[in-house]
Amino acid sequence: MRRRLTRLVLHLFLTGVALTWLAPVLLAGYASLRPYAETARDGYFSWPHTLTLRYYRQAWDADLPRYFGNTLLIAVPAIVLILFFASFVAFAVGRYRIPGGRALIVLFAAGNLLPPQVVVTPLYTVYTKIPLPSWMSDSLTLYDSYWGLIAIHVAFQTGFCVFVLVNYVRTIPVELTEAATVDGASAWRQYRQVILPLCRPALAALGTLEFAWIYNDFLWALVLMSTGDKLPVTSALNNLRGQFFTDYNLLAAGSVLVAAPTVLVFLLLQRQFIAGLTLGASKG
Amino acid sequence: MVRKSSHRAAHRVVRRRRVRRLTGRDRLVLGVGLAVPTLLAVALIWAPTLASVTLSFTDFNGVTDPHLVGLRNYHDLVSAYPPFWPAVRHNLLWLAFLGLVATPLGLLFAVLLDRELRGKRFYQSAIYLPVVLSLAVVGFIAQLVFSRDYGAVNALLGPGRGPVDFLGDPSINIWAMLAAAAWRHAGYVMILYLAGLKAVDPGLKEAAQLDGAGPVQTFTRVVFPVLRPVNVVVAVITVIEALRAFDIVYAVNQGRNGLELLSVLVTQNIVGEASRIGFGSAIAVVLLLGSLGFVVVYTTYVLREDRA
Repeated sequence: MRRRLTRLVLHLFLTGVALTWLAPVLLAGYASLRPYAETARDGYFSWPHTLTLRYYRQAWDADLPRYFGNTLLIAVPAIVLILFFASFVAFAVGRYRIPGGRALIVLFAAGNLLPPQVVVTPLYTVYTKIPLPSWMSDSLTLYDSYWGLIAIHVAFQTGFCVFVLVNYVRTIPVELTEAATVDGASAWRQYRQVILPLCRPALAALGTLEFAWIYNDFLWALVLMSTGDKLPVTSALNNLRGQFFTDYNLLAAGSVLVAAPTVLVFLLLQRQFIAGLTLGASKG
Repeated sequence: MVRKSSHRAAHRVVRRRRVRRLTGRDRLVLGVGLAVPTLLAVALIWAPTLASVTLSFTDFNGVTDPHLVGLRNYHDLVSAYPPFWPAVRHNLLWLAFLGLVATPLGLLFAVLLDRELRGKRFYQSAIYLPVVLSLAVVGFIAQLVFSRDYGAVNALLGPGRGPVDFLGDPSINIWAMLAAAAWRHAGYVMILYLAGLKAVDPGLKEAAQLDGAGPVQTFTRVVFPVLRPVNVVVAVITVIEALRAFDIVYAVNQGRNGLELLSVLVTQNIVGEASRIGFGSAIAVVLLLGSLGFVVVYTTYVLREDRA
């Protein structure tokens, strides 16, 4: 009997917490559906008379698909490169005795922890000075180009993934790669045919995590990109807030649309998401 | 005699198996595969960091040639730059709030959820949701909740207690930001501890309970010490997040008027009309020094785990 009571109290407490945590998000969703005339009159915390999808259409027409496309243009190559580099480095350091291998891991792990501001100025200057052919960037330099953003994301995020994957590769039995060596397989074949398939769960987990992090970033784009049209969707939203700072309903709709992909990815791939975060935190 | 030689033979076989004979092509592949990401990290992270440190000793303003000015930037920073000390206070406050409120909250949630519970996925997802939101979105949500004219909190307080300017009043707006930061941080910490708790041997808890320990004692004396690896990660993450705090504040009001933070001061001095790059770099170095201590802790931990 006492057990049931404690259970009930626990459920009540957790439900309360969950609703408190969800409330701000639900409020934004609610605000996005209400016409401005009503909220201007009654405030945002009022009962609705009418609900409308007008703001979603407006936000969509404000070129939102283009910004989503920009984000994908940055995120997808970045994620592919990050996972490839990180898994290869993990393979190389985990399987072969590389001189300075441990120092390399430290270099990568620490790089991920630095505050971006420390890097921002010299990076900005360097980017404006590195020339790129016009088919790679219409600003003709690394600054204000997708390659530039992809590069910095790869540099920053590879460290975390290396750290996680090195621990993961260590759990792969040595016998498997040894068998491959005995069969005469080259290092590349061992990587591609033995290690990579076995890393798939870790790669899936890290992939979902990286997608959320890169998608949500807006600092790098803020500093390293100047053309409004080329901004990723989160930075574009931030700019929209500057323009439409009174039209909260429109902003709410925009925010919901911008938040939707990561929320969906999280809800559908929750297990992978959490696995990605915890693979690096607790010991295997 | 026979035993000794066969032992040595076995030893020899083992040693031969450990030496990997790398072909030239293998060496090339490994070399390139390691070199590219390393060069990228060095070129885009470590070299700029060193450059920032060097720049902090100059008067570079992005246009004219820089001159070395020794410690003048640092001196001006601590004595002649009004936003500096408030920013330091705010960063320390951020650290205290995250460490003493958000992190224990996350731990509490993890402990409560570490059991067979109906609706566990729902509770987990709800608490973790803020972590997957872009900070541009979080900034907007903060406005919806805390705005003086439209905000939900003010609507709840009602006309009687008067509208409180949570975002504009410099004496309290940092607390609104801290609430938003804690909202996110608790979920992040919760997930880390949930994973850590899953790895704790249930036999330990049973043994403690058999010995007559209550639930609180079981936790503090038995479970918490075993969580040490997770505790280290959580501590490092909390400090790094506190020092890195930028996005929420920038998204709300560009970090002025009571919301000064070191990271924002760097950006203000560099991007923008002032363009005092040497000076901004000095602030960045202060940030770096603060983070460095904990980066070192983390990397020593990584090294020790590596050796294990």
